[in-house]
Parts: sequence; structure tokens; C-alpha cells
Amino acid sequence: MSENGHDHEHGNGAAGTLTKADFQSGQETRWCPGCGDYAILASVQALMPELGIPPEKTVFISGIGCAGRFVYYMDTYGMHGIHGRAPALATGIATAREDLSVWVVSGDGDSLSIGGNHLIHSLRRNVPIKLLLFNNQIYGLTKGQYSPTSETGKITKSTPFGSEDHPFNPLALALGADASFVARTIDVEKVHLTEVLRKAAEHEGSAFVEIYQNCNVFNDGAFDAVRGKGGGPNQIRLEHGQPLRFGAENERGVVRSADGGLEVVEVADVGADAIVVHDAHIEDPSHATALARLADAPTGPTPIGVFRDVKRPVYGAARQHELLEAHANATLGDLDELLRSGDTWTV
Amino acid sequence: MTTTSKKLETVIVRFAGDSGDGMQLVGDRFTAATAHVGNDLSTLPDFPAEIRAPAGTPGGVSAFQIHFASRDILTPGDHPNTLVAMNPAALKAHLDALEAGGTLLVNEDAFTPANLRKAGYEANPLEDGTVEDYQTFEVPMTTLTTRATDDIEGLKPAEAQRTKNLFALGLISWMYGRPGKATISWLEAKFASKPAIKEANVAAFKAGYNFGDTAEIAATPIEVGPAPLDAGEYRNINGANATAMGLLAASVKSGLQLFFATYPITPASELLHHLARHNRFGVRTVQAEDEIAAVNMALGASFGGKLGVTATSGPGMDLKAETIALAQVLELPLVVIDVQRAGPSTGLPTKTEQSDLLMAIHGRHGESPLPVIAASTPSGCFDAAVEAARIAVRHRTPVILLSDTFLTNSSEPWRLPSMDDLPEIDPDFAIGPNAGDEFLPYLRDERGARPWAIPGTPGLQHRLGGLEKEHGSGKVSYDPANHALMTKLRAEKLEKLAEELPPLVVDADEGAELLVLGWGSTSGVIGAAARRIRGRGLPIAIAHLRNLEPMPLNTGDVVRSFDKVLIPELNTGQLLSLVRDKFLVDAIGHNKVEGLPILAEELEQAILELIE
Repeated sequence: MSENGHDHEHGNGAAGTLTKADFQSGQETRWCPGCGDYAILASVQALMPELGIPPEKTVFISGIGCAGRFVYYMDTYGMHGIHGRAPALATGIATAREDLSVWVVSGDGDSLSIGGNHLIHSLRRNVPIKLLLFNNQIYGLTKGQYSPTSETGKITKSTPFGSEDHPFNPLALALGADASFVARTIDVEKVHLTEVLRKAAEHEGSAFVEIYQNCNVFNDGAFDAVRGKGGGPNQIRLEHGQPLRFGAENERGVVRSADGGLEVVEVADVGADAIVVHDAHIEDPSHATALARLADAPTGPTPIGVFRDVKRPVYGAARQHELLEAHANATLGDLDELLRSGDTWTV
Repeated sequence: MTTTSKKLETVIVRFAGDSGDGMQLVGDRFTAATAHVGNDLSTLPDFPAEIRAPAGTPGGVSAFQIHFASRDILTPGDHPNTLVAMNPAALKAHLDALEAGGTLLVNEDAFTPANLRKAGYEANPLEDGTVEDYQTFEVPMTTLTTRATDDIEGLKPAEAQRTKNLFALGLISWMYGRPGKATISWLEAKFASKPAIKEANVAAFKAGYNFGDTAEIAATPIEVGPAPLDAGEYRNINGANATAMGLLAASVKSGLQLFFATYPITPASELLHHLARHNRFGVRTVQAEDEIAAVNMALGASFGGKLGVTATSGPGMDLKAETIALAQVLELPLVVIDVQRAGPSTGLPTKTEQSDLLMAIHGRHGESPLPVIAASTPSGCFDAAVEAARIAVRHRTPVILLSDTFLTNSSEPWRLPSMDDLPEIDPDFAIGPNAGDEFLPYLRDERGARPWAIPGTPGLQHRLGGLEKEHGSGKVSYDPANHALMTKLRAEKLEKLAEELPPLVVDADEGAELLVLGWGSTSGVIGAAARRIRGRGLPIAIAHLRNLEPMPLNTGDVVRSFDKVLIPELNTGQLLSLVRDKFLVDAIGHNKVEGLPILAEELEQAILELIE
């Protein structure tokens, strides 16, 4: 068999015949009842057949944490690695096998604490992997310590007097690493989540998607300002080419602030023409960064959707074709020749 | 032209100078010329960790020793017959090593009051009797080099002076009858784009050569004829390059693209530099963001059906340990190369040691046995790399290949192997179900190995992971009995591998009561010391382990069949501890942790103390 075929054709029927069931493994799911991960899993399993990539060409890689179990529930190729290193494992497989669709599932502790280095470097390289960051702002699997996205002052078992740490803004971090695709969505917003993931899948290169995910056991309600009932009015839904308006009556909007960033205003105060029109394709990450900084914490108006989607050379793509061809043509005779190149002598 | 010359069987020359003096280059060129003459040879580059260590101080001295002979030799030699000292610091650092009555060549110009002070000399050693027991030649190398390059247009005085290493090389080349042609054409190619520099280097080399030849120096040239090596085609090679070639060979032979991910670290980086050049063989090299990323990338590539390899040195091994344990549980092929250096921590980063053996075998959490093999000579790194890849692929396991600083930098003539002799390396990818209609990723074959089903193979989708897996199905399992079974099955893979290993070969004289057992780069010195013992008419036995985990099945019988077992190691007794532990044999250690190889005379002495 060919391990290195570049075609996206597959051996077990046309993409159109794939169903959600083709992506469901038999392994029993073991998240806490009510966990946001169930909703994400269901949406991902439903999306996969629509992408037209067969399960055998799809690989899910995860690290440690509740999100890490995700790979066991997908009937694709998968690897549950060690804490924080999933982007590095995924870089290996995606670089070696550009014919595969490679996804990373990770949490805020996994990706932003122990694995921060691999996250930023995979984004800067623009490795063709889709990174899903399940952000619940807490360590769940280790039973409730604060995480690098927990708010300052967070009271947990490990911080009984409140956390002293300043949290990461994951999107600003990704943009700082020059990520070519940066988006945010919410676990229970099935339609929105599916559309964001579809765009991530279509993106060539690294796609970073932060998913607000409720941990109903250790950090319940962390995203209530933007999630579930009553959260809608605070969602600033980003649509490329559309003005940044939101609110129950679309009465609020985003304008340029005096300090060069963005700020939220009442449309009535500034007029509809002053509202900034979203452009996800600007080369310069300033606009996306200003949007990411509009809400450092999901406690008020918060943008969701695709912040940035630009084209940048994809890591490995240019060379792997040549290397595979070279490898396929290399013979033991070539090796003999290599060993004998340079200074040799005969006894 | 000098008409008389003295014939010698074996010669040791050491070049020593400031780390900016170009001693390694001189050593490499002298080695190339020596290989051309057809001598057997062995080299020992020895340099400081700093790129530009404090100039003029003993700590900043860079040295290169070469042992060459008209017979086969096994080590870079103990004491140089000739020492070239480019400055007082080099003399200070290396004079003690020079054999009694040996030849000393110094760059007289460098013995200035300032340089003497920096070297820690209170008086000029050339004048106070320090060097009177040696055949000393004080040569004004800087002056002569400057004069020889005087009329080269566009050459700055500092550039002219920098070529004094070539003057020294020229003089030594004359002294040992090494042809200059190859050196000159190498210089011409190397500096083709810088005509003035090229001309200066060639002029300095010729000046040094002629300085000897015109009898301005009262030394007799020495002739060392070709060695009667086995017939074949030879090249000179160091351990780093031999390892790279071995990995390429394994890649071509197995049909697996080589995926080499690493993070720069001395001395393992050399391997990356070699492999990064081999586009032609489809080698994919990645310089990762850190050691942990490197091993994970290699492991990810292995999952994808590539020959995943990473390389590092001690500190990097510590960082990779968790991932190596993951690979052990995933049961995927992975080659991890540890070019050992003197530790712990940053230690002596450019000096050699064999102190990672126990870490390689035991240095992971949980019960995670995996195969460990060690290269024992620079050229032997080729076979060791092929063997590491073969075991990794055939037995679906991470393999640790131990090399060290000495092996990686040292070079020797290598009789080029025939690619037809390479062992079979069959990836044997799973292509369909293995249990009726089902695919069980943890169903084992007679070797205890599980199937290697790579993404892209329809119907064989499965999930690997660090959580314990159920025997056969590979599903996550917390069942206590299953964990015990899987622990046992993983250990049994090594037992099955041991059954396939060739027995430990013992080279024993009749009546030998002492066995000298070694592993890794002490192979040469053990052989050399044994020759000395045999030269004294005393019986001895020697054996060398390539497979450290598992060991060949007869190892216990071998060590138990001698009255005494001596284990020389560049550590404080790691194989010693294993042998005592596994075989309950009260072996004796000969240990050295000075960052330098054991000398033959040191080991000879240790052996004599045990057998006399």
C-alpha cells in the first residue's frame, strides 16, 4: 500500500456516504455529566462527514486533561500524548504526512501552561494542524486548581486566598505568535461552533480555535455572560465584511478608540457609519489583536467568530513533496556512492 | 632535501594552541594526509566549551591528537611523541602528556611576558629548564609566517598571522613525510572566493614545509609506512558522520523516510549538521523548539509511518524521558541517540563520559524497559545506528543508542561496507484486520510486537495513548490484572529480543583468569591494553557488550566463568553495578571521570595489579 499518497481519495466509498456514526468510536465517554465537552464532541462528530475527509485520513492528537480524552471517542486515527506536547506530536505527523487532516484537542492548562512553548512554535511555523483549545479557565482533571486563564483573585483549592497570576488572553497570545487563523466559539453554540470549525478545517496552515467550555463541576458559569440563556446580547459575532454590531436589538457596536484600539459604544451615539467593518483577511494582526483585547475576560461584550484568516506559507508543504520523491528514488547504490564520495583509498 | 629518514611503526602527534588558533583544522588536514599515506589512525579532538575561550589561558587551549601507524591501532594513543605548542598556555596544559624525551615544537614568538603571565608561568619555560628533557625546537612561527605572506596583496597583518597554524602543519607534514598536495588543493578549494587568504594559507603551509626541508631544523624526518589493513576501499570517518550514514542506510533499506527532529546541543548537533545535507535521500530534519518537542515530533512521525529519530546529549535525555516512556507504551518504533558528555547538568559539555548508561536503562518513571545499545568505535557508529533502527522497527519499541563525545569527534579509517550486507528492515505495516473482521492494535506477534498500522490505512483506525491499554483491543483499561499483564508483556519483548541477539564473544587466552568486560567507546583502549598484557606473555580475556539491554543470553555464563572480572568505564561504575545486580558477580571497576578517554597504560596497570 502507499503510505504517502497525496490524493484525498479514500478506500471505503465516496465522501458523501460518510455519516456521523463513521466518526464515533465504541469507547464509553467518561466526562462528568453536564460537561461542555459532550456538546463539542457531538458537533465535531457531526461536522467530520461534511468535510469529506474519510476517518482513516483524519488524526486527532491530544495532551493531558479532560479534553485529552477526546481522541478516544473519535473513530479516526488518534494519539493521546503527554501533558502539553500534543502540538509537537502533531507537528511530527502533519509534517511527515501532508495527506492527513490533523487535529489537536487541548485545554487551557495543557496548551497555555505546560505546553505553551509548543503552541506558540507550531503557530509561528504555520504547521497544517487544527488546534482546538477547550478553555474552561480551570484545571478539571486534577480537581480544581486555577489555570493560566483563570481570573486574578480566583479562589481555588490551590489558591485559597485568591490567585496572584495575571491570566493569558489566549487569542492575543496566538496572534502574538503570528497565527494565520484565529477564532473563538462556544461549546453549546452548535451552529456557530460548527461553522467556525469548518472554516478552520478549510484553512491551509495552523488554525487556532478557542472554545469557551463550561466546567460545571469546578468552574460552573464562567462564561455565563456570553453563553447560554441571556448570553446572546454580549456576543459580538464577527462576520467578515460586516459591521461589528451586537446586542438584543443590534443597538451596540465597535468603533476605533482614541488610543488606537477598539471600544464598545451605543450605535445611537456615534451613528451606524462609524461602526468598524470586520476584515478577517488583513495581513497586519493589529485589527484582530484589538478585537481579542476588547474582552480580556468573558464577562461583558465579547467577540466570537473568526478574528483572523490570512495566507502564509505552510510549514513543510513546499519541501515534503521533493523529499518524498527523493526518498522514493534513493537506492542502496546511491548510498554506496555517497559513502565513496570524497577522499577514499584502496588497500 | 634531507636524504636520511627514520622508520617508525607508530607515532602520536598532538597539536595544541588557543581555541582561535585553528588546531582542529590543522588536525583534520593532517589526518586526511595521513589517511592518504595508508596508515591506520585514530584521533582525539579535545576542545573547550567556549567558542572563544579566554585567549592565552590554559582553559582556552584546544588540542588535537592523532595516532598513526604502519600496523592496526585501537586508540588515539596515550602520550604524544611530538607536541606542537602554539603558545605558553598550550605548553602549560599539555607538556605533562609528552613522552619523556619527546619532540617539542613551540612557536617561540608567542612566548611574550604577557602570554607567559596569562598561562601562569612565572619564568619563561623555554629558558628555565622546564623543557630541557625534551628535544625542543623553538621556531619563530609568527615571524616566519608573516615573512612568507609579506607580498600578498590585500592581506591584513592579522590575517597573515592567523595562518601560522598552516606553518605548523607544513612543518609537521615535512617531519612525518605527509604529502602536501592534498592539503594545498583543499586550501585552494576552501578559500576559492578569498584569493588573498587562500594564497596566505598556502604560502604559510609551504613555508613550514620548506623550513623543515631546508634543514633549518635539526630533526630527522620520520617515515611511517602504510598499515597492512584488510583489503577494501577505505575512507576516514568520525562517529557523527558514521551515525548519520547508518541512519540513511536504515532509511533506504527499510523504505521508511528518515524523520530526524532535534534541538541543538553539544556534541549531538553534529548529527543534525550531517543529516540536514542529505536532501537527496529524502531526509526530513527539523530543528525543534526544545528537546521535548524534538522527541515528540519524531514520535508523531513514527506514528505516521516514518523512521522517527531524535538525538541529544545528557541534559536533553532528561527532558525527553517522559516522551520515551510514552513511546514505550505506544509501542512505536523510535530511535533516541544519546551522545553522552560529562555531566551532571551542563558539566563538561565538550568532554567525554559514559555516565548515561543507567539513565538509558532505568531513567523513566514506571516499569518501562526498552532496548539500549552502544556504539564502540567511531566507524562502528554506522552499524550501531542500523541496528538501533532495525530493532526499533522490528520490535515496535523505542531504542536508545548510546554514543559519546569521544566517538562522535574521533575519526579512523573505515573499510566501506557493502550495502548488500545490510540487515533486512521490514516495516511490515498492518494493512488489514488481524482478528477476523476486526483490527486489534495490541494483538502481538511471536516477537511480542504489536502491529504498526499507519494513518491512511482504511479500516484500521485506532487510538494510541499513554493510558494503560487493554491487551489485544487497545482500549483504555483500568483493570488491575490487565495492567500487570501488559507490564509483563512489555518486559517480555526484551526477553524475546535477547533470544535473537548474537552471543557475547570472548577473546580469551588459554589459562586467562581475568576477563576485562567493556561497553561503548572503551573498546579501543581495552584492546590496546590487552595487547600490552599479551606482549608481556600474560594471559587475558576481553569481551565487549554492544547490547546493554537486554544483554546477550550468555553474558552471565561469561562473567561467571572467570576468577576476576574487570570493568573499565568512564563513569563511577555503572555497567559494574548492572553486572553485580544481574549476575551476582563481584566484578571490579576501573573508573575515570576526567572528561577524557582511559589511557592504555592506565588500564594496563590496573590489569597488572589484578593478575600479578
